[in-house]
Amino acid sequence: MEKYTYKQEINITPELMERINELASHYPEDKRKSALLPVLHEVQDAHDNWLSQDLQIRVAEILNIQPIEVFEVVTFYTMFNQKPIGKYMFEFCRTSCCMIRGAEDMMDYTCQKLGIKEGETTVDGMFTVVGVECLGACGYAPMMQLGDFYKEHLTKDKIDEIITDCRAGKITLHDK
Amino acid sequence: MGTKILLDKINIPGIKTYEVYRANGGYASVEKALKTLTPDEVTEEVKTSGLRGRGGAGFPMGLKWSFIDKKSGKPRHLVCNADESEPGTFKDRYLMEYIPHLLIEGMITSSYALGANLSYIYIRGEYMWVYKILERAIKEAYAAGWLGKNILGTDFSLDLHVHCGAGAYICGEETALIESLEGKRGNPRIKPPFPAVSGLWTNPTVVNNVESISAVPWIVMNSGEEYAKIGVGRSTGTKLISASGHIKNPGVYEIELGLSVEEFMNSDEYLGGMMNDRPLKALVPGGSSVPILPANLIYKTAAGEDRLMTYESLSDGGFATGSMLGSGGFIVYNDTTCIVRNTWNFSRFYHHESCGQCTPCREGTGWLEKVLHRIEHGHGRMEDIDLLWDIQSKIEGNTICPLGDAASWPVAAAIRHFREEFEYHIRFPERIKNRDHFVNEPFEKVRNLV
Repeated sequence: MEKYTYKQEINITPELMERINELASHYPEDKRKSALLPVLHEVQDAHDNWLSQDLQIRVAEILNIQPIEVFEVVTFYTMFNQKPIGKYMFEFCRTSCCMIRGAEDMMDYTCQKLGIKEGETTVDGMFTVVGVECLGACGYAPMMQLGDFYKEHLTKDKIDEIITDCRAGKITLHDK
Repeated sequence: MGTKILLDKINIPGIKTYEVYRANGGYASVEKALKTLTPDEVTEEVKTSGLRGRGGAGFPMGLKWSFIDKKSGKPRHLVCNADESEPGTFKDRYLMEYIPHLLIEGMITSSYALGANLSYIYIRGEYMWVYKILERAIKEAYAAGWLGKNILGTDFSLDLHVHCGAGAYICGEETALIESLEGKRGNPRIKPPFPAVSGLWTNPTVVNNVESISAVPWIVMNSGEEYAKIGVGRSTGTKLISASGHIKNPGVYEIELGLSVEEFMNSDEYLGGMMNDRPLKALVPGGSSVPILPANLIYKTAAGEDRLMTYESLSDGGFATGSMLGSGGFIVYNDTTCIVRNTWNFSRFYHHESCGQCTPCREGTGWLEKVLHRIEHGHGRMEDIDLLWDIQSKIEGNTICPLGDAASWPVAAAIRHFREEFEYHIRFPERIKNRDHFVNEPFEKVRNLV
């Protein structure tokens, strides 16, 4: 496996450790590996929304499992980011129901406005735009995921507003 | 207005909170079950109800419960499948988001029936705000004594936790879900052994969908017999339908099974008809994996009978003229929809979501996507249509889990019912240069051209 060279400052705070322990307590003592996915979400949220290999190794130590067990999970699930991304990641659902209600146009508009292509991050590191598969908001299309929340019934005006709010620091990303 | 079982309290202000939910009769089924019924009697009520799994497969829920191995001496588990990821389906989210205690009540009563003392709700990672809602609701239920040791002073104890996935459609398949819950990649397991014998951590496990479990409190309170009176034939009870696409009123609806498709589509109580009154072209009635139906087979079966919202009527005639109720993900397409583009879109989804474990699925879904991409983008060859048919037929039935079937059926149905449209793409590539190529070229015109 290729070693990613991106550097990341690892900071497992006492609050984060407490949350990890709480999550691990949801499973039998000898089944702590089961807490891996929820723990990775928490750790990722606390580390600018991505997981370096060093951070994955740290998670393995905490849960007392092998690093490979963490790597194979991180590379399988799409919600774990293996390289730095923008502070605000706009994940547009592009599957059928959203597509027929204009998702592609919304994504094009956003990319154009931010001066990037799909999959790219703005040079200031503020925004990333990606197309993703079904997010289960088909009746409220077109939509995007932003952090822990969904932004639905998108229009160009709504996208303008979201970008403005992001720049003004008015958007809450995680429901803690 | 039909009977409401799941959504009857949804509009009560504050129903999301424990206090309001309890004040409106919440948790009464736990009281009734634990104090007056044995676990087997609860299972019997569910069997009598005829409730079929609402995740898509439609397997009788009480029968599934009866398979759980009670003799092994191992701990038993109930796992709620809240990994709702089928394109077109967004009903479980609605229940969990707006009335989370209903699911928790159902989990307690169902766990009691199964003799499970440790249960989980596995929710897709993208529904993170719903995960938090459930987490808070579970804390409230613990604080009120509905979870934990010796509930209501009985011998029954239950720990319930919510667990989040991380973006993998395959984890909606019950054995992949179990793998994921064990902290691994979501690779489906070969069955047998079935989870009822060897599931979570090799313990006997039942995996049920959110909507199915949420119906249990009503069944316990009103009896399985009363539940079975709703609906038609073997399609008993109510069903949540999540409707999207080119309709006036998209959203989540609770219907009595047996309602006609035409009434569901056109009455103001439900979908209100087609958006902008454009002609109806096609329908996917049960989520992206089920076969698409052309307009002439939507309101009537091939035999000319009214098509009903039931497991049987929607599948009438098999896949040649029917489809499936599936998860109830009801996607409506008007005449501007390009079926080739839509099929390519679905194939991209299944290719992306294949776990890669089985060769026919791993290779075949990518192949389907590539061929459909080139047809949609004006580079198709006439033999590609038969090639697509051949590929999909070699995936179907040849994989460990049903994802292979789910990837095959939409392609087969699209070719079966809309072959002219594929031919049009291949014969007139200059007319399909942009993504909106059918907005000005309705299907009837396409059909006449080829």
